[in-house]
Order: sequence, then structure tokens, then C-alpha cells
Amino acid sequence: MKFLCIDCDAQMSYEERSQPGDGTFAAAFSCPTCGRRIAMLANPMETQLVSSLGVQIGGRVLDEQPMELVRTIVDGRPDAFHDDVAEPTRPVWSTGAVERLSRVPSFVRGMVKRIYTDYAVERGIADITPDVMDRARSDLGLEEM
Amino acid sequence: MNFRTYNEVHGEDRSRLLEQVVAQRTRVVDRMRGVERIIAVVSGKGGVGKSYVTAALARTLARERRIGVIDGDLQGPTAARLLGASGPLHVGANGVEPAMTADGIRVMSTDLLLAEGAPFRARTDGGERFTRRGIVEAGVLREFFSDVAWGTLDLLLADLAPGAHALEDLAELVPGLTGVLVVTIPSDESRRAVARNVRRAGECGVRVLGVVENMSGYACGGCGETGPLFDGSAGADLAAEFAVPLLARLPFVASSTRHADASQSERLTALATALLEVAS
Repeated sequence: MKFLCIDCDAQMSYEERSQPGDGTFAAAFSCPTCGRRIAMLANPMETQLVSSLGVQIGGRVLDEQPMELVRTIVDGRPDAFHDDVAEPTRPVWSTGAVERLSRVPSFVRGMVKRIYTDYAVERGIADITPDVMDRARSDLGLEEM
Repeated sequence: MNFRTYNEVHGEDRSRLLEQVVAQRTRVVDRMRGVERIIAVVSGKGGVGKSYVTAALARTLARERRIGVIDGDLQGPTAARLLGASGPLHVGANGVEPAMTADGIRVMSTDLLLAEGAPFRARTDGGERFTRRGIVEAGVLREFFSDVAWGTLDLLLADLAPGAHALEDLAELVPGLTGVLVVTIPSDESRRAVARNVRRAGECGVRVLGVVENMSGYACGGCGETGPLFDGSAGADLAAEFAVPLLARLPFVASSTRHADASQSERLTALATALLEVAS
């Protein structure tokens, strides 16, 4: 999918994406010539159709996780997976971060926890807080996590 | 207003959706490098005992070979239970470890993922499910091949859902498919349904390795004699029509006795030998 600025006949540049609620997917684009900005809004059905393909609009920052599609799409049982998390370098999860993690569906929670943990370990972050989770979401493109 | 085509606009495509899809396919190919043969077990309709044949064949082969089983019937999984496989599934750096049975068979099935009695369904459901059901199922099947740490296998059996669509998906997802093993019961109704699937296999460029006629008579648990169960000779008819071998005729064994089990075991051993020979 490409967006053209008609006035400038220039391809608009992807800026950011977000899932603001009700299943809507939003992506912002801007014209590199005139600076005009637009937002593309996909309805919940369109959003689910794309996510069902296991691809990400705007590109992937994080490598695809093992059974990522299964774990993000399928309504599975909470104890289906047991995820490895590196113990020796494990950062500390703050109460707020634990509370937020608890709102992630349990079928995918182990995978999400590992992603945040790896993010913190790779950056030398000792404490995972809601702020760190926000940064990771933005840096890694984890709108749904 | 004149619009240029997508390919006439030469700016950066940051999403690289096509590359993401290609990467998914590449992961399947990479993972399957350690698997010597991949055989899909198919039928034309449900209820012919395809999962029974898959499980029995896997158990027989596992005595001397490294065997994996993918339960491709996502909506009605039975292979894990038939083989005695259970979770939870361990997720490591190399992917998801398959469930391991007491026979050493590696298994992946939606039965290991779903709550007891729960149907296979998407977590977020915005309605109009039919528009994406096929995409979801193909994606899950793809991850069963690409994201499971299968290791080195002599044979990976994929027990597919009844109907042609499952084989079509598999043929596109797994380029190295060795072939299909066709399961039927003796009835003419089954023959007609299975024949459609065999033709579809040919259209998909998938080799049909042979036919198994399941429930081919009724084996008495007491005297061991086999009597009639269904009218028809679908196994032999399909083998003749498509010029493929009839690899086995397996009777229905109602009660487990030493004699009946030994006889069925002999038939399964012969089937396993013949299948490996034709698939080599």
C-alpha cells in the first residue's frame, strides 16, 4: 500500500501506527515535500484481516516470535505454553508493570513478557516499569501488547 | 485525474508486506530441512478413520524411526489424544517444542492449545468470520510447520481435515511435500468423495503414494475371523482408477484381544514398510 500526495505527486512517508481502540488500526503518513499529514484508518474487520496474515503494516522491528500468529489470534487455554525467560539477567518488574502485564490474555502473556524482558536486557534496563513498556511498544511496534 | 500504478511509484515500501510473507514461507522451508519425508494423510470425507490410521502408522513407524505428527484438522483435532500427547508446550530460543509421546513421537495439534471442549476460534472476533477463517487456518498450519522445533525426523505425517482445501493449502505452504496417503472406507460414497481429493492432489502437483482401505471388514475379537462391514471395494477401485498401490486393507477391530491386536499390528507393519518404500 502506498499513499500519494496529489498536489506534490510524491509518495507519502510512513510515520507511525497505533490501535486507538474498538479494533481500529491507524497509520499516519506525511508528504516529504509539502509536509501534509494524513491518517489511514482501517475498520476492525480490515485490521483483523491483515493481522490474520501475520504481517505488520509499517514493517517489522521485532523478529517474528515462535507461533506468534497462533498466540495472538487463537483463543487458547492459559497454560498451553511455557516460555523460557533468561533467569540470570532477568530485570525486576515493577508492580505497575506486573499489573499491566496481567491484563494481557494469558495465552500470549508468556511471549509478551519475554519480549519486554529481552528489550530491557538488551538495553541494560534493570527495572521494567509501565514507562519502559510504553517505550518498548513504540520502539518495537507492539501496538497490541 | 491520471493515476500511476503501484509499481510506477518508486518510493520506499516500508511495510514490505510481500517480503514478510516470503520470510514466513522461507521459515517453513528452513525448518523442514531436517525432515526427510513429509506425507499428508487425506480423505474425501470425515469419519473414515484417517486420524486412527495416522496414529497407528506413527506408532508402528516410531519403533525404528524418528516420527512427527501434525494434526492438521484444526477444528476437530484428535491426533494428540489418540497418541497420548499432552502439554504444556515449552517455548525456547529455537521455537516451540512439540509434545512428546511415550513412543517418542513428536506431536503438534490445536488439541494442545485449546481449553477442554472449547472450539477453535479467534480471540478478537469482529464478525464476518468467513472472510478470514481460511487465512487464519492456513497461518496456524504454517506455524505448525515453521515454528515447531521438529529437529531431525525420518517422517512427518500431517493428518489433514477432510476436503480438498486442506490439501491445497498444504501444497502451497510446504513445497517439499513427499506425497499423500489416501484413506477411504469400502463404500462407493467414500470412493466418490476421495476420488475428488485425489484429482485435486494431481492438480496441485502432489504425488499420491497409495490408498489405505480402512474399516475393510470386521475383525472378530474372539475368533480373529474377518466378516463384512461395508459394501463396496473403494480401496481397490481407487487404486485401479489412479494407478496407485492399495497399501493396506485394515479391518475394524471391535475389541482388543491378543490375536486381533497381533493381526492388526502385522497389517500396520506391512503398511509402514510399503509406505516408506513407495515414498523413498
